[in-house]
Amino acid sequence: MRPIEYASPRTKEQAVRLLASTWGETAVLAGGTDLLSLLKDDVIAPRRLVNIKEIEELRGIAFDPRKGLRLGALVTIEELLDDPRVRQHYSALAEAAEGIRSPQIRNMGTVGGDLCQRPRCWYFRAGFGLLARDAQGRSLVLHGDNRYHAILGNEGPAYFVSPSSLAPPLIAYEARLRLFGPGGTREMPVQAFFRIPQSEEEREHDLRPNEIVTEILIPPPRGEASATYEVRQREALDWPLATASVALQMDGDRVTAARIVMGHVAPIPWLSPEAAQTLVNKTITEDVAQAAGEAAVRRARSLGRNGYKIQLARVAVKRAILRAVQGGAR
Amino acid sequence: MRDRRPSDERAASLSRREFLKISGLSLSLPVVTDFRVMRVAGAEVKIFGPGKVPVTLNINGKAYTAHLEPRVTLLEALREEFHLTGAKRVCDRGTCGACTVLMDGKPVYSCSVLAIDAQGRSITTVEGLMKDGRLHPIQQAFIDNDAQQCGFCTPGFVVACKAFLDKNPHPTPEDVRKGLGGNFCRCGTYMGIRAAVLQAAHMQKGGASHD
Repeated sequence: MRPIEYASPRTKEQAVRLLASTWGETAVLAGGTDLLSLLKDDVIAPRRLVNIKEIEELRGIAFDPRKGLRLGALVTIEELLDDPRVRQHYSALAEAAEGIRSPQIRNMGTVGGDLCQRPRCWYFRAGFGLLARDAQGRSLVLHGDNRYHAILGNEGPAYFVSPSSLAPPLIAYEARLRLFGPGGTREMPVQAFFRIPQSEEEREHDLRPNEIVTEILIPPPRGEASATYEVRQREALDWPLATASVALQMDGDRVTAARIVMGHVAPIPWLSPEAAQTLVNKTITEDVAQAAGEAAVRRARSLGRNGYKIQLARVAVKRAILRAVQGGAR
Repeated sequence: MRDRRPSDERAASLSRREFLKISGLSLSLPVVTDFRVMRVAGAEVKIFGPGKVPVTLNINGKAYTAHLEPRVTLLEALREEFHLTGAKRVCDRGTCGACTVLMDGKPVYSCSVLAIDAQGRSITTVEGLMKDGRLHPIQQAFIDNDAQQCGFCTPGFVVACKAFLDKNPHPTPEDVRKGLGGNFCRCGTYMGIRAAVLQAAHMQKGGASHD
């Protein structure tokens, strides 16, 4: 790691003034679980770290049955998991948090950091940039080892997968995100925060270099049936291979509306209106869930070595739907 | 009157010019710079580094101070400055658990915490688990269940197991399997480790008290 300055502002106003207006100059330090690795691997080399953990208003979980859930950006994954209101009303979110299997990561990592963490693509981590191209501009992913890369939204030039565990359930619940920068507060659906970069100058987030995530707002529970299902290689600490989060609005046994979001399959959390549409006015059965899984991956395509992920994503969607209506059955 | 030592002799004979030369030289070296103050958003914020700054950590109930650059991790400070080598450096990327310590009672990867950031927190390393020369029950349980082979992951595992039992005093075997997901053992001693955790839980239930 290169030598670096460190500052601990007390307010978000101070924090954003300590951040530079161009990428690469400064970095935001919260849980640090991803940032320190990026610094050690020299993927980024900022001259200043702005520690935001002293900013009190970025903390805390608040729940009101009429207003919904408010998560401060600094809420740790463990705090989220330990909150009985989250488990009761937002089970897809609690199940996604459970998928972060390391207690150490859960104690340090924050919900804001989960959304802002950088992709795990090994070419990116080895310093070849987000789009991972060689000197001739060829994609290292297409010509190299792409076994963990995207199966959806992979028309290029980006092929990495979004690493966030919490974004799929947050998007399924139609959560919103608040950002703060020198110009004040911006608010957007969590879904709009993620974007597929088209050039090496762009990022996978709609976050400006001098902005910080301040809070996540989830609408009040509407009695939806919801769940997250992960397909993973290892039980212990690792990123899943494919995940699905679903939130189903029900009228008795009948689905009236659905949100289905896949994780780790595309450069952004992948909302599938096609899959959701197959569920409307249906009663969930194994066949109905299977059909939704098929619809979710209809446009998926293998890059060569990751074709197996299409089946995993199909199964994740099917099982998340079945789990949602079976009330959190494991 | 005591004898003047040679060093005193020299100090006494330093000219003002020489003194300024030496102090000027020391300023240009990357020595302890403390901090500078920047005025932002109507308040003064201290900027530390990139040179060495004084860092005080509370480790196993004792205060330790060193001059460290802000980039130094808690793990590096523990091992290289304070010679507490129980926490091991293996992956150094927050994925193996060998560097696990407790921060305010919660398990964290010390490789992924900056030392400067750990100030004001109560840090417990594996060295802090023994009390009055007696092993912590989880340490004894590791021995009883032959829960190590090469032993390199063991200190991190012991600390993680203690934290797990503090939070889950009556775990099922399934809880144990899931709850230790932050530590790896490449020798594959998981069976012994899980048995050790269950034994320690049983002992604690039996009333053997130990913090």
